[in-house]
Amino acid sequence: MSVTETEVASLQPSGRKLRQQRFERVVVVLLAVIAASGVLVTTGVVFALVGPTVDFFREVRIGEFLGSTRWYPLYEPPEFGVWPLVVGTFFIMLIAVIIAVPGGLGIAFFLSEYASPRVRRVLKPLLEILAGIPTVVFGFFALYFISPNVAAKVWPIGEVGFYSGLAAGITVGLMILPMMTTLAEDAMAAVPRALVDGAYALGATKREVCTGVIFQAGLSGIIAAAVIAMSRAIGETTIVLLAAGSDAVFTFNPGNPMQTMASFIGFAGLGDQPVDSTGYRTIFAVGSLLFLITFGLNVLSRRIVNRFREAYE
Amino acid sequence: MSAVMAHDSLRDTTSPARKVRDRIFLGALWLATLIALLTLIVLVFTTYVDAQGKLNLDLLRNFPSPFPEDAGIQSALFGSLWVVLTSGLLSLFFAIGSAIYLEEFANPNSRVQRLITLNIQTLAGVPSIVYGVLGLAFVVRGPLGWGFTVGSASVVLTMMVLPMMIVASREALKAVPPSLREGAYALGATKWQAISKQVLPAATGGIATGSILGVSRALGESAPLILLGALAYVSSNPTGFDSDYTVLPLLIFKYATEAQEEFRAVGAAAIIVLLILLIALNLLAIVVRDKTRKSW
Repeated sequence: MSVTETEVASLQPSGRKLRQQRFERVVVVLLAVIAASGVLVTTGVVFALVGPTVDFFREVRIGEFLGSTRWYPLYEPPEFGVWPLVVGTFFIMLIAVIIAVPGGLGIAFFLSEYASPRVRRVLKPLLEILAGIPTVVFGFFALYFISPNVAAKVWPIGEVGFYSGLAAGITVGLMILPMMTTLAEDAMAAVPRALVDGAYALGATKREVCTGVIFQAGLSGIIAAAVIAMSRAIGETTIVLLAAGSDAVFTFNPGNPMQTMASFIGFAGLGDQPVDSTGYRTIFAVGSLLFLITFGLNVLSRRIVNRFREAYE
Repeated sequence: MSAVMAHDSLRDTTSPARKVRDRIFLGALWLATLIALLTLIVLVFTTYVDAQGKLNLDLLRNFPSPFPEDAGIQSALFGSLWVVLTSGLLSLFFAIGSAIYLEEFANPNSRVQRLITLNIQTLAGVPSIVYGVLGLAFVVRGPLGWGFTVGSASVVLTMMVLPMMIVASREALKAVPPSLREGAYALGATKWQAISKQVLPAATGGIATGSILGVSRALGESAPLILLGALAYVSSNPTGFDSDYTVLPLLIFKYATEAQEEFRAVGAAAIIVLLILLIALNLLAIVVRDKTRKSW
């Protein structure tokens, strides 16, 4: 009888155990709060941008913003045609992607099908170092090396000035090259080895395996990687600010200075804009546009992966 | 006879045209690889050459200055240390907390879990300059109103590296085998005891590697800090969160935009210092990764 009672008693949670349970409930709540702060920051980004953007469009007609090709928001009288920034952003992104996407694909093919393990062991860390080089260092490199020694030499039409969209685009392309390589490698690694080995068994050469099997089967991942590379190029600030100058010239010739949306924000931030000025609000209007475009590209990239993935196995 | 036939069937029958195309393709791949390697080599080499005459202790000892002959980097070096260490600790706290909640407690199919994961993905894709804009509106002015200070910079850099560090910490927790948790439960441990005494220690290596890489990103970041007032010649080291500050990347930026040619050497020398710090951090990450690598 008494034996059963002690057994029952021992099944009751002790005071210590109860305290531990209460403590654990608090821990879970605390951790949930910490994890939710990530959501709060996103909401913060959107709200911080929305308010001043709305104020901006109270002062500046949408018609002028989208209809004019002159962008002098910090001058007197100010002009707010956003097209020079959009065109500049597009050209610099295009040059960067022309370098980074084929280049990254090439290196990824080389690493996955051609390179011996020893070559890989040397190449991979070097690419990691390249990926870790700060953008301001690339900007310095663009100004003193790429601009005079590369951009000025390769451009077939006209002169290339000290500041040019071309030098900025080339450097941004080189900066995102290692990232594109890694993403392309991941996409290629997702292709089942059986498919590749099957192609070799049928007598395909390495080139035919790369272009005919790996590229085709990994295409969704590769396109998604290219979209991410575009988004990175569009958001790059420091290189463009240093190498492409600070004039929003409306031009279709990358040999000229150019300004992108991101580099405009940086440029406006160089001077101290008073809080209640139109110049201050312009930063937010352009920031919203930049956020929307990069957000759209990132969503697009995820959609591509989910929609067009060929599910093997 | 049969030997000859076997020999025949093993002969390379690839047509010459195919071989030429294979060669051209391989040449293109080599070209791409060489471009990446040359970028690294030329960048480091030309910067090193540019920095000649400025790579000495005076560079570290002198403060930033608009006169090239006595321009140094001392306050930027200390500013970078302040900003990077504080944002590193802050983001480590938030990253580990979020990762534990998402990996160990949250129901993977719940809407909250998916919403948070989606948000982290979104945040990781936001250009860094946009964080600068957010910081300008929320931290420098507006609700917090901290001004152009060390504190503002660490908060904004924390927000910027957080998504990447959460992902790295989650991966590290995922890599801990379930048997470790189950063993702890079998011995009567509660959930939190299992996590704090078994799972977290086992994941330390992965979390540390991820954090070091996050810290090195914060160390090299320049764009958002342009908006947060780091672009100035600061002639004293920071003493607290409310100090004026500048950081190495922004000082390099400032030297790069000076008109006088002599600043090129100062900027290049500052780049060499920054690159040495970054390589040291990366080596540390590799050492930590190798030291703590376990096989279960």
